[in-house]
Amino acid sequence: MAQASHQMPERIPVNLVVNGTNRDLDLAPWTTLLDALRDHLGMTGTKKGCDHGQCGACTVLVDGRRVNSCLTLAVMKDGAEITTIEGLAEDATLHPLQQAFIDHDAFQCGYCTPGQICSAAGLLAEGHAKDADEIRELMSGNLCRCGAYPNIVAAIQQAMGRP
Amino acid sequence: MNNFHYSRAADVADAIRLLAADPDAKLIAGGTNLIDLMKENVERPSGLIDISRLPLRKLEETADGSLRIGALVPNSDLAYHPLIEQRYPLLASAILAGASAQLRNMASVGGNLMQRTRCAYFYDTATPCNKRNPGSGCSAIDGLNRNHAILGTSPSCIATNPSDMSVALAALGALVHVAGPSGERTIALADFHRLPGDKPHLDTNLGTGEIIIAIELPPLGFAQNYSYLKIRDRLSYAFALVSVAAALELEGNAISQARIALGGVAHKPWRSLEAEAALRGQAATADHFSHAADLLLAGATARAHNGFKIELARRAIVRTLTQAANATPQSQAHKKIA
Repeated sequence: MAQASHQMPERIPVNLVVNGTNRDLDLAPWTTLLDALRDHLGMTGTKKGCDHGQCGACTVLVDGRRVNSCLTLAVMKDGAEITTIEGLAEDATLHPLQQAFIDHDAFQCGYCTPGQICSAAGLLAEGHAKDADEIRELMSGNLCRCGAYPNIVAAIQQAMGRP
Repeated sequence: MNNFHYSRAADVADAIRLLAADPDAKLIAGGTNLIDLMKENVERPSGLIDISRLPLRKLEETADGSLRIGALVPNSDLAYHPLIEQRYPLLASAILAGASAQLRNMASVGGNLMQRTRCAYFYDTATPCNKRNPGSGCSAIDGLNRNHAILGTSPSCIATNPSDMSVALAALGALVHVAGPSGERTIALADFHRLPGDKPHLDTNLGTGEIIIAIELPPLGFAQNYSYLKIRDRLSYAFALVSVAAALELEGNAISQARIALGGVAHKPWRSLEAEAALRGQAATADHFSHAADLLLAGATARAHNGFKIELARRAIVRTLTQAANATPQSQAHKKIA
């Protein structure tokens, strides 16, 4: 380990439980969770937008909490349960948020949508948003360059079961 | 991002040992600021010492009524903790004014204290910056400095501290508990961050090889009369142009205790003991608040683009103190300013 800087980049075994499936990887320590998902596991549902924690497109749930996977080192999450957009539907049944986004046309290009939906899933689990203003505030870490915000808020309200 | 060695600290003593063994390594907890700076090549640590699994996640009431908060408590957990909501709502409000829900889930209390400036020149490795590259010069002083400091600046640096949490902690008179090679010590939050002087590469007075283990809130929480008002270019998820944490103890309409801290205006949360003393014993009126604002902003200096901050801060101070006196604290979700 001490001479690793003069050798091939060091690899570290990392176990992630991604959408309920055990995945064992050997990763360089500077691999972000986002790159581990996309480039090492081929799961491209999670999007890379800004790669700096400013847009929220990379949002996934780690042990049930929403985080920016672009600012997370995969090696630091060894043993964690990761939920991505690919893991939200149950068999042929869409997650209520996925259905609500369709019902409310809560996207145009769709690039931010996986992050929006994972973030909204985290928001629902947190239970702090009670009205539209609070949804807007607690979803402010997810940007939508198409400007679908009103429909995103409506979709989340539907999934919350609140008017 | 540069290549680096990764190690995982087994306990606090191990973290201190690992840091002593490699002074160019950095501690990492939430990583929200450090990973970003590493992607920008502003930070290039030889190693990362992962402290995220250390048992520093407790909130404990101490015998004297203080509250001790482990350095690894996530920002979101702290903001929504019942003890913080009830006893220190100013702190809860300030935390919720910062960053996004995702980042607050990741970021630790200790890491929040260690946030580096968001000065665009600090981030831009193509430009001189005394904070990033000591002795290279300051690009902001004669550059685009709309976001920069108006108080406590030096000819070397006019950067601001970006933390909202620290502004509330300054008003509450928090303490920072640290551990290092020569044992543990306590630093008042007011002395934790420093002014740039001729060493702007040093953001804090944390010693070499030291690690934050806890912050402590004194018993007096100002839970009745407080407000945190953050003024920024968009209504959420932006750094402060000016922010104000105000906390009052009232006896009738008379002020018995006042605390005011400013964010977005200096290299550290800005307090004026003189301004706070001037409010004690006075009626909670706009005139007295305005006088306190004058004292807080004494010596404020405008550069080419940030002069608006002086009047903005003056008005924000009066408004926030009024909100605190009226027990109508600023909501961070419903944006209308009371």
